[in-house]
Amino acid sequence: MWAFVIRRLIYMIPTVFIISLVSFIIIELPPGDYMTTLMASMAAEGGEMGQEEIEALRRIYGLDQPVYVRYINWMRNIITRWDFGYSFEWRAPVWDVMGSRLAMTVVISLASLLFSWVIALPTGIYSAVRQYSVGDYIFTFFGFLGLATPNFLLALVVMFLAHRYLGLSVGGLFSEQYQMAPWSLGKVVDLMKHIWIPMIIVGTASSASLLRITRANLLDELRKPYVETARAKGLRMWRVVLKYPVRIALNPFISSIGFVLPQLVSGSVIVGVVLNLPTTGPLLLRALQSQDMYLAGSFTLLLATMTVIGVLISDILLAWIDPRIRYD
Amino acid sequence: MSERPWNEDIGREREELLEEEQQLKVATPLQLMWWKFTKHRLAVAGLVVIILFYGVAVFADFLAPYPPHERTGYTFAPMNWPRFVTNDEGFTLRPRVYQMDSDIDPRSFRRVYEINDEISYPIEFFVRGGPSYKILGLFETDLRLFGVTHEEGEVFFLGTDRLGRDVFSRVLIGSRISLSVGLVGVFLSLLLGIFFGGLSGFFGGWVDNLIQRLIETVTSFPTIPLWMALAASLPDAWTPLQVYFGITVILSVVGWTTLARVVRGRFLSLRDEDFVLAAKFSGATEARIIRKHLVPSFTSHIIAALTLAIPQMIIAETSLSFLGIGLRPPIISWGVLLQQAQNVYAVSMAPWLLLPGLFVVVAVLAFNFVGDGLRDSADPYSTVKK
Repeated sequence: MWAFVIRRLIYMIPTVFIISLVSFIIIELPPGDYMTTLMASMAAEGGEMGQEEIEALRRIYGLDQPVYVRYINWMRNIITRWDFGYSFEWRAPVWDVMGSRLAMTVVISLASLLFSWVIALPTGIYSAVRQYSVGDYIFTFFGFLGLATPNFLLALVVMFLAHRYLGLSVGGLFSEQYQMAPWSLGKVVDLMKHIWIPMIIVGTASSASLLRITRANLLDELRKPYVETARAKGLRMWRVVLKYPVRIALNPFISSIGFVLPQLVSGSVIVGVVLNLPTTGPLLLRALQSQDMYLAGSFTLLLATMTVIGVLISDILLAWIDPRIRYD
Repeated sequence: MSERPWNEDIGREREELLEEEQQLKVATPLQLMWWKFTKHRLAVAGLVVIILFYGVAVFADFLAPYPPHERTGYTFAPMNWPRFVTNDEGFTLRPRVYQMDSDIDPRSFRRVYEINDEISYPIEFFVRGGPSYKILGLFETDLRLFGVTHEEGEVFFLGTDRLGRDVFSRVLIGSRISLSVGLVGVFLSLLLGIFFGGLSGFFGGWVDNLIQRLIETVTSFPTIPLWMALAASLPDAWTPLQVYFGITVILSVVGWTTLARVVRGRFLSLRDEDFVLAAKFSGATEARIIRKHLVPSFTSHIIAALTLAIPQMIIAETSLSFLGIGLRPPIISWGVLLQQAQNVYAVSMAPWLLLPGLFVVVAVLAFNFVGDGLRDSADPYSTVKK
């Protein structure tokens, strides 16, 4: 078991390395750098910057060095000092700007993951056991619909309905009095009151795909002879189903974290923009638009790394739970 | 039951069954696939919808009642559908639209519309007017399928937007971009997928290992942040056409992994099949085996995977354009149209701005159904019944 965990950890190194490269490419991709944007905005305000001043700033931020040196510097600072660079727009270290936002993204993604499990498990079991029943058709219909609706569209529709019929504004994660307040029990309760809307919106698509997977797996399992044997021996239907096939059909729940998690993180980013949540979404979009590239690159780096860690955890869990998986 | 003696009935049934069996035995793989495909009613319905959508996209200029950039002067006007029964004319075979009276709300200073159900105007077919366009890129014409020629009459199937442009016409024109992004993007990812998947399956060993790691990394990236970052790096100075291709390239850079997996998987599993071995023993050349045996037996799977990849691309394009970092006006796509619905106040004032989203959902559903149907019918081991 431990050898397996360690090997998986070693496998992760090249993956994270590629991720860091891609993130750095993202930082370097836009033509020009932050200085260009800064000059443009200064010019728009009427101020001019001298060439020397610009060169001095470039030197301070290390923008005058060759690409690979900048990459190595960036990585070294992250690894040794947890320093992701400097956000030009916010005039603060990147980590200070994005730390709490990342945490919120994790909270929403995990809540949505839980939500999709809670929805997909019972409906998936029902759909498989009562195949072609009215309930199965209804769940299948909503499953397909959930898969076909882009996250942001669902968010817009929910926002519109809440505004029109309930007179509520559903944006944000906190009430006004808690927005700036430090963490307290009251704030957590307030968060719980607000989180369910983004949770449902982000979790819908993955609930739908998990529902399809559970249904398909359970159907395969239900057709096996041991189920018939158990039934023939007189066990009640639900007891048979819950005791054996469901347990086997549960494995994909864990293994599917691998592709569900990137989906959820993606979803929380775009839904965050629509609902204006204090998550990474709106900040990432702004950073990209204003070419605040260290912030944008660090976001992609950390979001992707978090996803890889999530997948790693799910692989380890799966190996631990499913006795059929060998560790070699 | 029937009036015939029972044995004759059974005899007839047996004859029919035998005939069916005969047909099954001589059917080509393509025929078998088609029979299996038509069994999926949803898949067939999806296929019909897709054909309809692409047909509309091709003839969008002709079908749209308004030129897509024309400002009608009615801003945020609600839907105004044609009807067969009107108060002033009673029942007519020619559909008519009511006049829309507009007024300024004294409190909010917003333009409000009221449908005046006393005056109606006829819809006319094959009307001329507006800027000319080219049908199929060949014939220049200014003919449109329908429209209202009377100055006071307007037909807005899906209302109008902030600038008074007809949303329905814009949805039709936008379908060109939105539906073709999927096709072009999928074609590019197919090339990438076949290249990497083929390399992986053909060489095996460390090449395979390396490419598998690469695929794993790309799939573990949350797609939207990556797409956002790549799309935001497209230069502002690019022409709409360049942006369009830039976006499709970005979509396929992220989307090729699934296809590469399918290609590799099929390649590996087919390499060890008995019929490939048999062909080899019979002296068939490598090229002949690939051409005659391998390619036909995995094209169907690839087509199924491609069909399932298209809706992902459509959703991705829509999401990016919605965020304002994908396609930008004056290009019209469904995502660009939805951009106007970003603001909850705009939406609460003009809920019809959300309706382009309905077209996205329907198109994606249709592709998903067809893809599922194809995947099932491409499986040679599932049983066929004609």
